[in-house]
Amino acid sequence: MKNLIGFELYKIFRKWRSYIGFIAITLLVLVVETAMYFEGDKYLHFLTRSLQDTFFFTGNLLNGYLIAYYVLGALVIHIPFLITLVNGDLLAGEATMGTYRMLLSRPVSRFQIITSKFLAGQIYSFLLIIWLGVLSIGLGTLLFGSGELIVVQDVITVFSKDDVLWRFVSAYLLASLSMGVVAGLAFLFSSLVENAIGPIISTMTIIIVFLILSAINIDFFRALKPYLFTSYSMDWRLFFGSEIDAGEIWKSIGVLSLHIAVFYSVTLFIFKRKDILS
Amino acid sequence: MEKIIEINNLYKRFKDIMAVDDLNVNVYRGDVFGFLGPNGAGKSTTIRMLMTLIFPAKGSIKIFDKPLHENRNYILSRIGAIVEKPDLYNYMSAYKNLEMLGRLSGRPIGKKRIEEVLELVGLKERAKSKVKTYSFGMKQRLGIAQALIHDPELIILDEPTTGLDPQGMKEIRELILYLSHTEKKTIFLSSHILSEVELVANRMIIIDKGKTVVEGEVSELLKTPWIKVEIETDEPVRCAGLIKNSGWGTGFESVKDNIVTLNMEKELIPEINKFLIENSIKVYGLTPKRSLEEYFLNITEKGH
Repeated sequence: MKNLIGFELYKIFRKWRSYIGFIAITLLVLVVETAMYFEGDKYLHFLTRSLQDTFFFTGNLLNGYLIAYYVLGALVIHIPFLITLVNGDLLAGEATMGTYRMLLSRPVSRFQIITSKFLAGQIYSFLLIIWLGVLSIGLGTLLFGSGELIVVQDVITVFSKDDVLWRFVSAYLLASLSMGVVAGLAFLFSSLVENAIGPIISTMTIIIVFLILSAINIDFFRALKPYLFTSYSMDWRLFFGSEIDAGEIWKSIGVLSLHIAVFYSVTLFIFKRKDILS
Repeated sequence: MEKIIEINNLYKRFKDIMAVDDLNVNVYRGDVFGFLGPNGAGKSTTIRMLMTLIFPAKGSIKIFDKPLHENRNYILSRIGAIVEKPDLYNYMSAYKNLEMLGRLSGRPIGKKRIEEVLELVGLKERAKSKVKTYSFGMKQRLGIAQALIHDPELIILDEPTTGLDPQGMKEIRELILYLSHTEKKTIFLSSHILSEVELVANRMIIIDKGKTVVEGEVSELLKTPWIKVEIETDEPVRCAGLIKNSGWGTGFESVKDNIVTLNMEKELIPEINKFLIENSIKVYGLTPKRSLEEYFLNITEKGH
């Protein structure tokens, strides 16, 4: 299995498309940080405008942490597209190239092949989020230094410098779990077709439809919300609440993990019975 | 004799098409077994079932005397195969393809073995080039290399000479004979070209519409003395006239470009060559032909 996962990761990283995500994230983080470098004060002013009459702000509030928080919020909704580019190709790509025949003629079971590909896809998605974290926090603190993190949710919370890093690590882990669901869905679609375009479009369509449904403020759609995995994609923000809502976090972890497990199981079920005709 | 492949009452249907219909095949150790049939006869479907790529609707497959699906990994670790086109990872080198696929073969594959196999198929010089830069013939040879990398006992080759030039076809034939005679491998060779199989196989089966048409020793099945002969000459019209007005006339078939075609007994080829030369016809080539279609017609007419 170790060999197979290594082989799958090697294949992923030998393809140009796998770097599109890393390049896009790098460029976006650079653009945001450059913009913040020049216009960050305005953003901070906007963020704290309701409090400026009452409070006097001091210290380095426009710091790497604030920018990393901003970047995570802004990009996490768009990263699914970058993830589907790779995960949608994991199985369909083999069919397109005709390499399924050769791969499945080896003495490795379909279970092993699906599991190794699935894990490689999850590792890729995880690495993409980690890259986002390392780059936005690393570059942010390098350019803007560190300091207290001011977060505006329902209330405004200021976290001390020493209390921030673990929240970011946890937030990135939860965000990567949410991306794991996207990866799993793209992987499932990838097992059904022989061209990667279909899984990419189908996954993105589902995400967009779910996001729209979540945004409609009618009772019927509100009742649907807990069943849409996209409802949990911003739950990483729970780590930046004035109080940590452990129950909500565990619920989010549970629902996202369940989605991943279901997508993997359905893919395995389909693939184990599939005639390879490509 | 030890049976290497034993297929019994195999069926496979794709919607309305019965691709394999009550097929029975036996391949013995040391055989170069020709698996013949026209395009769409069910050859590739059968090979896909042998490689567990598709699942039979009914019937049983035993390889190395073990049921295939219950012993899949054990059996596949002893088989090397090309199934249809030789599709490999285009963005990797030949060496890397073999290294990666070798690792999945259940046996440790070292650098020496990879180089040995690349040498055998004549790709050592281009080992580090990406596969996407290869010609079709080179990909075909690399396909054979990946089938051989783990030193399998049984080699399944699905139309290995498709798309190759005559020199390439000859090299593949020589490789098959080397693998059979020197390396003592059992070879299951699928083809739609009878003359190709005739040159290398000791036993064969012909299938059509998924059913067995005929099976047996190649020498026995092709014993029929009548074959088609193509005579290449720069005077085709005079040559045809001479043939028509001689004792060979009944077998005359056609004249096209510089080729005169006639049906005759194989043993008499030297005689007709002598006859034409005595009549001042320059003979540039005298090629016996036996197409699968003609063989089919022949055996169906005989009521097989």
